[in-house]
Amino acid sequence: MDFNKNYFEIFGLPVDYAVDQELLGDRFLDLQKQVHPDRFAAGTDQEKRLAVQWATLVNTANETLRTSLPRAIYILGLRGVELEHNPTLPAAFLMDQIELREQLESIEEGEGNLEELDSFRQKMRQAINELQAKFQEALDEDTDKAERLVYELQFLSKLMVSANRLEEKLLDY
Amino acid sequence: MALLQITEPGQAVDPHQRKRAAGIDLGTTNSLIASVRAGVAETLADEQGRHMLPSVVRYTSSGIIVGDEALTEAVNDSMNTIVSVKRLMGRGIKDVATLGDQLPYRFSASEGGMPRIETVSGNVTPVEVSAEILRTLVDRASATLAGDLDGVVITVPAYFDDAQRQATKDAAQLAGVNVLRLLNEPTAAAIAYGLDSGSEGVIAVYDLGGGTFDISLLRLRKGVFEVLATGGDSALGGDDFDRAIAAWIVEQSGYVKPLASEQLRGLLMASRSIKESLTDNAKVDIDFDRDGVQFKGILDRTTFDDLVAPLVDASIKACLRAVRDAGIELGEIHNVVLVGGSTRVPQVIAKVAEYFGKTPLNNMDPDKVVAVGAAVQANVLVGNKPDDEMLLLDVLPLSLGLETVGGLAEKVISRNTAIPAVRAQEFTTYKDGQTAMLIHVLQGERELVTDCRSLARFELTGIPPMVAGAAKIEVMFNVDADGLLSVSARETSTGTQAGVEVKPSYGLTDNEITSMLQASFEHATGDANQRSLMEARVESGRVIEALGNALAEDGAALLTESDIQALQQAIEELGRVSEGEDHLAISEGTELLGRASEEFASLRMDAAVRKALAGRNIAEVDKEF
Repeated sequence: MDFNKNYFEIFGLPVDYAVDQELLGDRFLDLQKQVHPDRFAAGTDQEKRLAVQWATLVNTANETLRTSLPRAIYILGLRGVELEHNPTLPAAFLMDQIELREQLESIEEGEGNLEELDSFRQKMRQAINELQAKFQEALDEDTDKAERLVYELQFLSKLMVSANRLEEKLLDY
Repeated sequence: MALLQITEPGQAVDPHQRKRAAGIDLGTTNSLIASVRAGVAETLADEQGRHMLPSVVRYTSSGIIVGDEALTEAVNDSMNTIVSVKRLMGRGIKDVATLGDQLPYRFSASEGGMPRIETVSGNVTPVEVSAEILRTLVDRASATLAGDLDGVVITVPAYFDDAQRQATKDAAQLAGVNVLRLLNEPTAAAIAYGLDSGSEGVIAVYDLGGGTFDISLLRLRKGVFEVLATGGDSALGGDDFDRAIAAWIVEQSGYVKPLASEQLRGLLMASRSIKESLTDNAKVDIDFDRDGVQFKGILDRTTFDDLVAPLVDASIKACLRAVRDAGIELGEIHNVVLVGGSTRVPQVIAKVAEYFGKTPLNNMDPDKVVAVGAAVQANVLVGNKPDDEMLLLDVLPLSLGLETVGGLAEKVISRNTAIPAVRAQEFTTYKDGQTAMLIHVLQGERELVTDCRSLARFELTGIPPMVAGAAKIEVMFNVDADGLLSVSARETSTGTQAGVEVKPSYGLTDNEITSMLQASFEHATGDANQRSLMEARVESGRVIEALGNALAEDGAALLTESDIQALQQAIEELGRVSEGEDHLAISEGTELLGRASEEFASLRMDAAVRKALAGRNIAEVDKEF
């Protein structure tokens, strides 16, 4: 088994931020049908071990390529970029983030208005989409810029998770 | 019940070559065993024609009784008659204490934290009790299928955590049966329904059993059942409906003293009948008079609905969460399937239909569908259907994490991650020269350690002494296809493998299992050596057959002539050793053959993967023309 293949190669896809999700889904099923441990339930211990390794890799690769932020980070990784744990971000961006957080907090402390929360999340999604488009462009021109955009995406992503958690709390899940 | 027909076109099955496999539904209230025979998956009955085996085990001074005969004594001998043992699997003494007013048993602690139940014939753990149920079922199957089983698939609630799953596997080991896979109950039901209706799309499986509730959303596509999300409550079930009625009766009767175990058991059994009666009748006459609790009156369906509404609502809420986790819209769900005896309750059917906006399917017997689905998978896994395309891709039901500073639980693998899966987490030392580290593994969604399930504590030793913060310890979490976790750790700057000693929080330690196995050998007919020899031969036979088939299929394409010869010689050698009486030599030989064929196995995998992708590419090219 070639554990040296990158995730795109495993699925026979070109290395690109834009991924044909339907194609990825089809290939994922095709691959698992070949490597999943259930196919080797009557096999040797070594076959079973290999199968678990392969199936795990296919799952990890699928998960990464299916979700936009992990995919972005992975592509940068292929280019040798290792993300910083505490990156410095432009002041303007940080100010925006603080404001957004405050907005979310006031929604939470306020009447807990689900509509307000919904439009907040809509706004967030739009901002994320825009950043993703910029990331795609930056990948072709300027890897450093792409890296900075990923840091911004990470921020927004965390904020989105908080917003989703708040929604769950308000809906009492 | 509707028999599940499986067509096997063009497959001439040599009856002597078919392996014996079965699916076991180890339920809270009832257990069943099913098998595929002549292409049909069906449950197996005992000599009296009974398919369902009450999950009741009675310990007496003269022996162990399992099933209906044990159930009849449940009220009179409640302390020694273990009912709903599934609720105790993978649980510690403190958890059991919270179920205390519902379970009449006397508990004491054991080495691995698992509670022991005191009975007249000694202390037993829930694992041993479950093993008795499994043994009874396996014996039934061996008798019906005229031979020992080659493997079983045992179902577990999708929402079972690692400790509960491990306990189930331990029970199977004690019962002496080979587990091919632990299968999630909703997935098993989906197999049964999926093959029956033959359609593709998203299925919601609402499984309300005696003691557990699961909701699973699966997508069936190209023969693959892919779980999108799963949720539930491993302490919510039909038993709770019974309890609600029992509490109502006690309240109505004005009885205020604490209930003794016999009273409780009697009340619960009466309540169950009342609940079942209310399925077909709008009201039920109650005339209960037992040991001081007296009530004569009527319970109507409206009152019953009010009593159980909070329980049903809790289950719907779990459905909501699962739909959200799956990232789909309600409208995308094609079919809703009801599983488990408790889904016969009219209010359950109504609320499920209301939430999902469609009429749920329940044309298959809700009591048998899980065992039937498990039998189908067992048949495939044991090797009876080598060309079958069916595949199950399941997920981890609850997040796995570690305890970090401040009593916080940090998630390492999120819930609904596809399994098998692996994740790594890096740690460092906080004291100069620190050579060991204690790691606490948890399962659950909450932020505080105290709100999560404690799975195990690991002591990592052998960390090379360094300056504080210099050591890079990588802890790897591996979850297998059964949903079971194993952990390994490495100090990465020096590459030393850290020793990992696991202390399960609520499980049996390896010592305990070994002693239990030894004790069962002593009671079994025939001696331990014979058994080991038999097992070693079964194992070597399996490997010889698997390798033989592999060589026949792919040997010529992937190996050189001399490699093929070498492997064939090794196979013959193992065959020779297996005819001897030395079980250790046979086991060693099996291991050796496995290792010798590892390279070949690797090549076969690569070839299969390339074929899978190439096949896809050709199909794409065809589309263009």
